[in-house]
Amino acid sequence: MTAQDEPSFVSSSYFGQFGGRFAPETLVPALDELTTAYKKIQGDASFWSEFDSLSHDYSGRPTPLYFAEKLTDHCGGARIFLKREDLLHTGAHKINNALGQGLLAKKMGKQRIIAETGAGQHGVAAATICARLGLDCVVYMGEEDIRRQSHNVFRMKLLGAEVFPVSSGSKTLKDAINEAMRDWVTNVRNTYYLLGSVVGPHPYPTIVRDFQTIIGKETREQVMAKCGRLPDYIIACVGGGSNAIGIFHPFLKDTEVQLIGVEAAGRGIAVGKHAAPLIAGSIGVLHGAKSYVLQDEAGQIRETASIAAGLDYPSVGPEHSYYKTTGRIAYDAVEDKDALSAFLLLSQIEGIIPALESAHAISYAGKIASSLGKDKIIIINLSGRGDKDMDIVSEAMEKKQ
Amino acid sequence: MSRISSIFSQPGHKAFIAYVTVGYPSIEATLSTVSLLAENGCDMVELGIPFSDPIADGVTIQKASFHALKNGVTPERCLAVARELRQQVSIPLTFMSYFNPILHYGQENFCNDCASSGIDGLIIPDLPPNEGGELESLTQKHNLDLIYLLSPASTEERIRLIAQRSRGFIYLVSVTGVTGARNALPSDLKVFLSRVRKVSKQPLCVGFGISTPEQAGQIATVADGVIIGSRIIQLMDSGEPDTAQQIQDFARGVRKELDQ
Repeated sequence: MTAQDEPSFVSSSYFGQFGGRFAPETLVPALDELTTAYKKIQGDASFWSEFDSLSHDYSGRPTPLYFAEKLTDHCGGARIFLKREDLLHTGAHKINNALGQGLLAKKMGKQRIIAETGAGQHGVAAATICARLGLDCVVYMGEEDIRRQSHNVFRMKLLGAEVFPVSSGSKTLKDAINEAMRDWVTNVRNTYYLLGSVVGPHPYPTIVRDFQTIIGKETREQVMAKCGRLPDYIIACVGGGSNAIGIFHPFLKDTEVQLIGVEAAGRGIAVGKHAAPLIAGSIGVLHGAKSYVLQDEAGQIRETASIAAGLDYPSVGPEHSYYKTTGRIAYDAVEDKDALSAFLLLSQIEGIIPALESAHAISYAGKIASSLGKDKIIIINLSGRGDKDMDIVSEAMEKKQ
Repeated sequence: MSRISSIFSQPGHKAFIAYVTVGYPSIEATLSTVSLLAENGCDMVELGIPFSDPIADGVTIQKASFHALKNGVTPERCLAVARELRQQVSIPLTFMSYFNPILHYGQENFCNDCASSGIDGLIIPDLPPNEGGELESLTQKHNLDLIYLLSPASTEERIRLIAQRSRGFIYLVSVTGVTGARNALPSDLKVFLSRVRKVSKQPLCVGFGISTPEQAGQIATVADGVIIGSRIIQLMDSGEPDTAQQIQDFARGVRKELDQ
């Protein structure tokens, strides 16, 4: 099963009024080159057979769709299934995209790969794929994220990547993307920018989505095999939004399936310390795309706050903004404290330690499951595992006590 | 003829274009520096509207932008600065801004307020012509020049597109990269200029990385003008009591090299 099963909308740079290519002129030819290369691999059987083979044997696909019986009993309502992306090599769905783009970079003859990372999951995935494919890897990471995800920094270095700390702005994911774009603008002729989410200028939101839709395609087959029908709800966390669009996309036409994206409400939407542009933002342009953005009254990008570094981003993939306006996908937000409770709950009753990012989706699902009948089916995209979050969680638990 | 185009109307005159970040290190410094530059041979000033995420800028202008934002500089204040400068200087003034603050202000309102504040043109580093259609027609309605950028990485097709759409002049980025003073000029600059000359009769001004009067003079042998930003910010930055003298000497030095 590959991205070639479905037509790719790579020829349009917009999703409704969202997306586009608001990038410096220097990058436009590179983005054109990428678009052309990506179109070319659509019909390239050898590319997809290598992608499939490495997805299977190296990344560990397909990932199970697990019936979370204990969580279901605990909530006392709908049956809850977990799509176990946390079981993938490197611990999150990020490897799907890193593998696809890594192979694409190789096809394009680019030896130097740059990437940005927030929680470090995409950085680790990119460093891993570069090691496997023999490519040079540079990862930009905000100083604040380096501090809170030091474990992943060491992993990237171990894998042979160079990690550059970014000290500008809020020192998080947004600033890491700024710095990666500055590197790309400088070294555009020999460098491939391996962007980690469905954000950025066209064609990135399309390319990253296509490599992540494997999650939704598998989910669809698995739920049909296990339950004989489509689910009632699919719930995923949304930072940039790649795991969410990956699981949602193959269900967009099935209007009976309710799709819910969960953003980070941080310390509270009301107090303004959050990372929820779809809930509390307005339309703007950041990192090359028009989308919902958190900005102040002068059009300056606002600082964000979330316990989950991977959600700590002031914009969101343009395709999400589009489905927000059409109403096909519903969006809500979960606060740090509720994500933390869900993190602990899943660890204790299912023996699965989720990533703090994914814990936002678990928290939301738990809330709605209780009010639904036992005949209903909820699928949560468990996008990553929580090993990286030990320090943050133990710190948060100490504070609580 | 727009005020910007008139710079290029005297045969043989090479344009000296300077960039300052509005509100760095202070609003007063912006006002006095622009006047000083205008009195000492500068033909046009780009007023930088600070932005939180300046992806096309190197460290010098990034720092200036963050500092200006901390000083509370907004597009409204930049417009007020333009209005005040328009009373003091007669050279053309443009805004250099990332797209989001303009989008958020409202493109129509922004163009309207620019025109009434004495602004002559706009330079927007993250708005290629493919995304600039709406702003192009609004700028034309308000008699503003929307100046597009070209890069050494631009293909022939894009050179043709931008040559057709840019107003006032074309801003040639000297290197693939971000803004910032550099020690050496790229060796392929001549080739780049001749590629653009082949398809365009527009004035061509070169920016990014120019830090000395000598470099400006070298570029002027092939280009119609030079744009200097980070170096001027660094001079304003020095904190020494003779900053004004240094800026004056630098501007005169550039003018002299361009006139040779």
